[in-house]
Amino acid sequence: MDDTLSYPPIDPINFDLIIVGTGLPESILASAASAAGKTVLHLDPNPFYGAHFSSLPLQDLAAFLQSQSPSPPPSSAPSDGNLTAVELTTRRMYSDVEITSHSPEPLEHSRQFNLDLAGPRVLFCADSAVDLMLKSGTSQYMEFKSVDASFVCGGDGKLVTVPDSRSAIFKDTSLGLAEKTRLSSFFKLVEGHLKSDDERKISAEDLESPFVAFLSKMRLPPKIQWIILYALAMADYDQSDTDVCKDVLKTRDGINRLALYHSSVGRFSNALGALIYPIYGQGELPQGFCRRAAVKGCLYVLRMPVNALLLDKFSGSYKGVKVASGQELFSHQMVLGPSFIVPSPLLKSSPDSLQDVRGKVARGICITKTSVKPGVSNCLVIYPPKSLYPEQVTSVRVLQIGSSLAGCPSGMFVLYLSALCDDANQGKKSLHAAVNAIFSIPISGTPDHGSTDESENTQVKPTLLWSALYIQEMTTCSFESISSTPMPDGSLNYNDILDATKELFHKMFPDEEFFPETTFSEPEDGELDESPNGESLDS
Amino acid sequence: MHGRPRKAPTPQEEKALALKASKLRPLQSQFLQFHHNKTYTKEALEVCAKLLEANPEYLTAWNYRKIAVEHILSHSETETETDPESIKSIFSEELRITERALASNYKSYGAWYHRKWVLRKGHSSIDRELQLLEVFLKKDTRNFHAWNYRRFVAALKNRSDEEELQYTTDMISDNFSNYSAWHSRSVLLSQLLEKKVQGYFPKEKVLTEEYNLVHQALFTDPDDQSGWFYHLWLLDQTVKVESPLLVSTWPPHGSSINVSVNGCLDKSALSPMTSFDLSTGTIPVILYFSEAVEGVNSSTINVESIYDASQDLIWTPLSTNNSGRAQAWLTHLNFLEEKIHFLQANSVKVSAGHSQGITSLNGFHCTHPTEFEFTVYVQPPTPQHADLQCLEMISWGDENFHICETHLKESSPIKFSDQLENNEDNESTAYKCKVETIANEIALFRELLSEANCKIGKLTLARLLMAHDVITSYNKSSDTNKSVHFEEVLELYCDLMNSDPPHSQFYKDEYSLVLLQQLTSNPESLLRHCYHYRDSSSSSIHGYICLRLCNLSISRIGSIKQLLWIQMLDLSHNQLHSIEGLEAMQLLSCLNLSHNQIGTFSALEPLKLLKSLKVLNISYNEIGAHSVDTRRYLCSSPLSHTVGSDWSFSEFAIDGVDVKTYWEAFFIFKDLKLTQLDIIANVVAEEKFKVFLLKLMPTLKWIDDVELQ
Repeated sequence: MDDTLSYPPIDPINFDLIIVGTGLPESILASAASAAGKTVLHLDPNPFYGAHFSSLPLQDLAAFLQSQSPSPPPSSAPSDGNLTAVELTTRRMYSDVEITSHSPEPLEHSRQFNLDLAGPRVLFCADSAVDLMLKSGTSQYMEFKSVDASFVCGGDGKLVTVPDSRSAIFKDTSLGLAEKTRLSSFFKLVEGHLKSDDERKISAEDLESPFVAFLSKMRLPPKIQWIILYALAMADYDQSDTDVCKDVLKTRDGINRLALYHSSVGRFSNALGALIYPIYGQGELPQGFCRRAAVKGCLYVLRMPVNALLLDKFSGSYKGVKVASGQELFSHQMVLGPSFIVPSPLLKSSPDSLQDVRGKVARGICITKTSVKPGVSNCLVIYPPKSLYPEQVTSVRVLQIGSSLAGCPSGMFVLYLSALCDDANQGKKSLHAAVNAIFSIPISGTPDHGSTDESENTQVKPTLLWSALYIQEMTTCSFESISSTPMPDGSLNYNDILDATKELFHKMFPDEEFFPETTFSEPEDGELDESPNGESLDS
Repeated sequence: MHGRPRKAPTPQEEKALALKASKLRPLQSQFLQFHHNKTYTKEALEVCAKLLEANPEYLTAWNYRKIAVEHILSHSETETETDPESIKSIFSEELRITERALASNYKSYGAWYHRKWVLRKGHSSIDRELQLLEVFLKKDTRNFHAWNYRRFVAALKNRSDEEELQYTTDMISDNFSNYSAWHSRSVLLSQLLEKKVQGYFPKEKVLTEEYNLVHQALFTDPDDQSGWFYHLWLLDQTVKVESPLLVSTWPPHGSSINVSVNGCLDKSALSPMTSFDLSTGTIPVILYFSEAVEGVNSSTINVESIYDASQDLIWTPLSTNNSGRAQAWLTHLNFLEEKIHFLQANSVKVSAGHSQGITSLNGFHCTHPTEFEFTVYVQPPTPQHADLQCLEMISWGDENFHICETHLKESSPIKFSDQLENNEDNESTAYKCKVETIANEIALFRELLSEANCKIGKLTLARLLMAHDVITSYNKSSDTNKSVHFEEVLELYCDLMNSDPPHSQFYKDEYSLVLLQQLTSNPESLLRHCYHYRDSSSSSIHGYICLRLCNLSISRIGSIKQLLWIQMLDLSHNQLHSIEGLEAMQLLSCLNLSHNQIGTFSALEPLKLLKSLKVLNISYNEIGAHSVDTRRYLCSSPLSHTVGSDWSFSEFAIDGVDVKTYWEAFFIFKDLKLTQLDIIANVVAEEKFKVFLLKLMPTLKWIDDVELQ
C-alpha cells in the first residue's frame, strides 16, 4: 500500500460526487451521475473493480474473503482549518470462511478462474438490469451465454428438469399428461392476467393471498406447486410452513416473478432459456458500468484507500475525504461501499452496530471436474426447503458454470451455492447438506477410493476438488449525508439491488434522470469484441 | 409470423409502395417488350432479374426465364458453348436469382417453383439446398413452401425417410405448434409403414409411439390445433378398414319378398314390410358398400336365380355425380318371365368379392367374399282392383298414422345386415390392439376434458367414442364387451353447438348422423318410429309402413344402410338442408320433406334417382329464398356438358315464362313420375312455376292438395 504515496495527486480536487468502492451499486451510481453530467470521482482501495461484486482468480478470492477484517477503532485526528478528519473504519462482511482443498489442481490454475464473490447470480433475459445495460450502453462491453438448463430437486432427491416453457413442458418426461395440462393452463392464466384483459384478471383478493394458497386453489398438484414456487418464482423460504417462513410470497409477487421468467424465455433469439450469464463472470457488470462512467468523464483511481472523512466542525456535515496518499478531495455528495462504517457526526456512540442488518447469506464455491448433469455445462439447480433435510428452512440454489463461460479452466466446473440464513450454523448446515448431496468428498488419506463400496447403479457423483464456504452479511442502502450502498443480496438476480440503487440516485439527485434515453452511435461501438460463441444483447 | 393481426398500412407505407410501383412500371413494360419480341439477350435477362428481385410474385417473369434458359441452351449448340461448365453457370445464375427473390419474399410460389425447375434439370449441385432451407425454416418454422421444398430436396438427395422423420421430431420438440412439421411427419410415416421399413413394423407399435408423442403436445396445450390434426390422422390410421365392404343389401339376406305386378297385393294377409307393388315387373336389388366403389358389374357380382339372368344384369351407380363411383349400386331382376310360377318360392343368391374388380377411391379391392340369399313370391295378378288403389291421395296428417301392431313387430322382417360386416377376426392381435388403443384414447381425453374445457378435445372424444362403437359392434362373440356411447356423444355435440356457434352447422350435421345411427342401431328402436299408414277418411285397407323421423332437429340424413327397405318416409319438421344419401332408398314411393331448410332444387338432386317416387311433399322449405347457391357447381347444369342430358326446354315453353330460369327444377323433375306434389310455402312456388311443373310431369294428380282435372 505504500505505492499509493507515489500516486500523482488527483486533479481536480472538487467533485459533485465522490464514490468509494466499485461494487455494482456504486458503479451504476457513478455511471448514472456521469451520464447526468456530474463530475464524479470513483475510488477503490482494491486493485480490481467490483468490490463485493467482483470475479476473482482463485487465490485472490481466498485472500479477499480472509482479509476483510475490521480496522482499528477510529480516532479523530485534528485537521487544519474548519475540517476535522474522522477516520474511516470498516466492518467484517465475511465470517466463518472455510476453505478446503482436496486437490492441488485448482490452485495450480488459480489465474484461470474468475470466481464470483456474490454467486450464484444470473440475469433473466427480461431483467430490469438487462434493460438498464441496453439503455446505458453498458451491454456493449459484455457478452452473455445462456444457462442451458434448470433442475429442481424432487421429493425423492432426484434432479428433474424445470418445465419452464411450452416446449419444455412438451419435452418433459417426469410430468404426467394431466400435470402438463394443469401447468401449462396455469401459465396461460398468468399470461392472461398480464395482458390486462379485464375478464381474465386474477381477482384482487387472490392477488393478496399467499401464492401457495392460490396455487392450491388452482388445483395444482404439490409437485407442480413446488416447481412453481421454488424453481420459477425462486421463493427462498418454505412457503407451506408458516412457522419458519419469514417471507410469504404473495400471489401478486409470485405472478410477477413468473411473468419475469416467462417474458425472459425467447426475448433474445440466441438465448435458449430464461437465464443468461456474462462471459468472464459477474465481475464484468460493475466493470462495464465503470467503463461507461469513464467514457462520460468519471475519474477512476484504484488501489486508493480512503483513510478519513472530512467533517465541517461548524455545520457538522461531511465535506470530503482524505485518501491514503494524504490528499484531501471535496464533494457535497459522498457514497461509501457497504463495508465502511459511517461515523455519525453528531452521536459518537455505537459505531460498531451494523446499519439495518438484514440477515445473512451463506455462500459456497465448489470446483469439480464432472458436471452435476451429464452433458450439461451451465445449469441452475434448486434444492427447495426440506428437500435436503427436514429442518431445511430456505432454498439452496446452485449455479454450475463451465469453462465455456471463462469462469474456470477447461475441463472444470465451478458451482456456486447460496442460502439465506439467520446465523452461521444454519447457513453452513444448508450448504454442507447441498455439497454432500452433489459431491462425493474425498476422504483424506484414501483419495479416489472413498466411494467404491457404493452400489454401482447410483450415478457417480462429481468429486469435490476445492471449496470455499462463507457467511456474508447483508446490508441495505442508506441515504444520509453520506450514503451507503447495499451488499449483494440473497436473490438470484440484481433486481432488488438495482431498485435500491435507482432510489438512492433519485434521492441524491432529485432533478436528474436515471440514465437519460440516448442513442449510441459512439465510436466505442466498434470495440465490441464478437467471440464466435458469445451473445451480445440485441433487442 | 403467426397469430399477428394484419395492420392497415400507414400513409407513409402506402406512399413508399406507390413509389416502388412507379419505379417498377417502366421496368415491367421494358420486360414485357423483351418477352413479346422473344429477346433473350443478357440485357433482357438482367432486366427480368431486377424485376423479380423487386417483385418475386411476378409469374410471367419466371416463365420468361424458363423459356430464355431453354432458348439459350438450344441455340448455344451451334456456337459450341455446350461445355458442362457454361451450362452449369447458366443454372447457377438462375439459382442465385431465386435465392435473392426468396430473400425478399420467402413465400413466393414462383421462386420456389423456379428453383425446383432448375434442380430438376440436374445440372446443379444440391448440396447447399438443405443449408438454405435451414435459413428459411429458422425465419418461419412452419413455412409450408420450405417444408414442401424440403421433401423435394430429400427425394433428390435420396435422404432416408428415417432421417427426415428425425428432422420433424427435432422441429416438433423445438416448437410443437407446427402444422407443417406434423404434416411432414404423417407423410413420412405413411411411407415407412407402407414399406414396412426395419423398426417401423408392426404398425400398431409405431402408432402407439406416435400417440404418446402427440399426447405430450395435446396435453401441454389443448388449444393448439396442430397436434390435433396429427391425432386425427393417427386415429384414421388406427380404425380405417382398407378394403371396401359390402355392408347392406336389399332384399336382405334370408328374406322373403312378396311382389305383385299391378298393385293388387292383398295387404291384409301379408306384412306390408315384405310386400311390394312393382308395376315395372322387376325387383330392384341394391348393394350398399362401406364407401364409394367402382367396378360393380356382372363379372364382379354373381347372381344365381331361376331367372338365370346374371349375364344380362346391368348395375348402375346410385350417385349424383358422374364419377362412376357410388356407395350404392342398383340392378333390376326381371321376374315376368314365362317360366315363373306364381306363389312359388323363387330363390335368388347374390355373391360379391369372389373376384377382384370392385375398388375404392384409394385403390383397395373389395376382397372379402360376401353372399346373400332371398326368396321371391310373385302374387298372381288380380286386375279388378287396379285403378282404384293407385288413385288414393296420401295425407300426411298424424291421424293417418297408427302405431304398428304387435304382430308386425314379431314378424318384423327388418334385417340388420351386420353379419355382412363381420369379417374381422375378433381374436387377432391387431383387433385387440385397435380396441385397446381406442379405449386408452377415450380414457385419456376424458381426463383431459376434466382438466380443461377444450372444444377440439370434445370433438375428438365424440369421434373416438363412435369409432369404439363401430369397432366393437363387429364383435359378435362378446356382447358384454359392447358399450354404446350414443347418449354421451349426442351430449358432446349439443355442448359443442352451444359453445362454438360459428361451427354449429357442422356439429349439428354430426349430431344428426349419430342420432340416426342410434335410432337404427337395433330393430326395437327403429320400430318405435315405424307407423302404419291408413287414411281414416278412406275405406281402403291399402297401407304402407311409414318411418316417421319428424321433429328430431336433424340437419342431414344417414344410416341409409339400415333403411333400404323404406317405402314411405316422413322427415318433416326437421332442419334438413340436404338429402344426400337418399338416392340409395330405391323403394321409396312417398317422401315428406316439408318444414325443413332445403334452400335450392340442387339440394334435391338425389330425388332424380328415385324412380319409384310417387308422392313428394317439399312444402314449407326455403327453395328460392337464397339467391346464392354455393352447391350449384356440384350439380349438373346446362353448362356442365353432362353426357346424356338433353336440355329440351322448348317443348315446355309457356307464354311469357322464360323456362330456362327453372332449369334446376327441370333437371330434378323431368324423369320423375310423381302423382302428388306439395310445394306450397316456398318462395319459388308461384303460379307460373306450378304450370311449368304440371307440363313437366303429366302424371301429377294432386298439387298442393288440389286435385287436378
